[in-house]
Amino acid sequence: MIVIDKIKKCYDDTVILDNITTTIPRGGITSIIGPNGAGKSTLLSIIGRLLKADTGTINVSGLDVVTTKSDILAKQLSILRQENQFNSRLTVEELVGFGRYPYTRGRLTAQDDEKISQSLSFLNLLELRHRYLDELSGGQRQRAYVAMVLCQDTDYVLLDEPLNNLDMKHAVAMMKQLRLAADDLGKTIILVIHDINFASTYSDYILAMKKGALCYQGGPKEIMRADVLQDIFDTPVRIREIDGQLIAMYFR
Amino acid sequence: MKSFNLFISILVLTGLSVTSLFIGVSDVTLSSILSDAEMRYIFIVSRVPRTIALLLAGSALSVAGLIMQILTQNRFIEPSIAGTTQSAGLGLLLVMILAPATVSIFVKMIFASLFALLGTALFMLILRKIILKSALIVPIVGIMLGSVISAITVFLAMYFDLLQSLWAWIYGGDFSGILQGRYELLWLVGLLTLFSYWVADNFTVASMGREFAINVGLNHRKVMTMGLSVIALTTGIVIVVVGLLPFVGLIIPNLISLKMGDNIRKTIPYVCLSGAGLVLLCDMIGRVIIRPYEIPASTILGVIGAIIFLYLLIKQAGYAKH
Repeated sequence: MIVIDKIKKCYDDTVILDNITTTIPRGGITSIIGPNGAGKSTLLSIIGRLLKADTGTINVSGLDVVTTKSDILAKQLSILRQENQFNSRLTVEELVGFGRYPYTRGRLTAQDDEKISQSLSFLNLLELRHRYLDELSGGQRQRAYVAMVLCQDTDYVLLDEPLNNLDMKHAVAMMKQLRLAADDLGKTIILVIHDINFASTYSDYILAMKKGALCYQGGPKEIMRADVLQDIFDTPVRIREIDGQLIAMYFR
Repeated sequence: MKSFNLFISILVLTGLSVTSLFIGVSDVTLSSILSDAEMRYIFIVSRVPRTIALLLAGSALSVAGLIMQILTQNRFIEPSIAGTTQSAGLGLLLVMILAPATVSIFVKMIFASLFALLGTALFMLILRKIILKSALIVPIVGIMLGSVISAITVFLAMYFDLLQSLWAWIYGGDFSGILQGRYELLWLVGLLTLFSYWVADNFTVASMGREFAINVGLNHRKVMTMGLSVIALTTGIVIVVVGLLPFVGLIIPNLISLKMGDNIRKTIPYVCLSGAGLVLLCDMIGRVIIRPYEIPASTILGVIGAIIFLYLLIKQAGYAKH
């Protein structure tokens, strides 16, 4: 369980997050949705201790993310940001292996190798394992980053726009794998996601944000309503039920 | 295959080292060492220390360059570009001004390293203030900072009439003065290099950037401190014992990265071997090219280094951007 208590964040005079208080349940997939500039990524970064809040606290299974030592937290929670560029030339396998760093400090055992192979096959990267990251397409690289975070094997996995750069096939495959990680491995997965229909069809719980505040939260059935989505995104939306899934139509 | 590469590299470096032992003005050969006491003396007091010094300085400077490139996340940087070397020179000059001429080399080293540390920390601080960090801004900032510190150093040296000794100390880059009893501090940089190898994985994680590093629980400040200390001590010691050796910290890590990637623990042995080999080779060329006189290793290194660097720039224009 993640307990978010009165989180506030400002840049100069602009309020980015205004007094956010909520609880994210343990297990399953929670999606954070909302228009651009709503503060979704900022909130995710603060939960993942990449940014500091001005005031307020966050507890991840009882650990305060600010005061708990970073290496202890790294075994509980992992976070992947949206833009990831570094100029290190690592192979996919080496990158994923560094997901084991919190446990091994870099000295991999046979057990770690096993985990690495699992993560690689989980994201269908076995064939690319010896390729350098800078030789991959954007989508392949994105999958490698997610594989690394999964290899970290934490209870909580925070992903900022994991479908970035992915085509239809790989986006669906990624969501299916995340669903599997939640259902079979018991992970709690928290996503910032743009595609409202992916959020609807794969999440257990949705947090909706607007202008730095939390405006709605609940299961897909409670959020996927025309009036609610229109209020969040400020654009006309119709909801259709297709094969038991609620789909938002907002294209024209 | 990998162990085969390592084996070949070690073999080549051993070959170079042995050759280095028998190149020079005096006609030291295997048989003359055995028969002639004077040749034996030259061999032990000059040739062996010189070769060891070359190996230690070359490998340590390459590793220092590698670490600096990691900490700044920029491929075009090394201690002599970032103001580190210039700061060490300033420290050395201050010792000459303030302390009696008899002050020990150890004190000089402490001062040079301390100033190298301060200068590098200042450089990192300035970098943190710069928002737009393109691949070229970082070295330009370093060059500017280095020039300012050099200007202060030269001004002080002129004022105290120490310009000539300063030049000899800092810009020497010359191994001809290496004798038994005057190079042993360099063993310390050997230890620093071993230490870097020991903590190499921390550097690899640091090279992936702040957010990745925090995510896996790396203590970024600790790694920064370790890295800066290794860079400063290495630069300080090498400048006191040998002088400035340009380019080696710049080109060797880049060449190795191109061939073998950036998993630091995997690449450090090769960085060491190639750095040592390059400096050794340059010194040997300097010893034979105008016999019986010598050209300092740093001069040869400047020429060869510049050519390799240009090659890297032209051939791999896109690579540094990644």
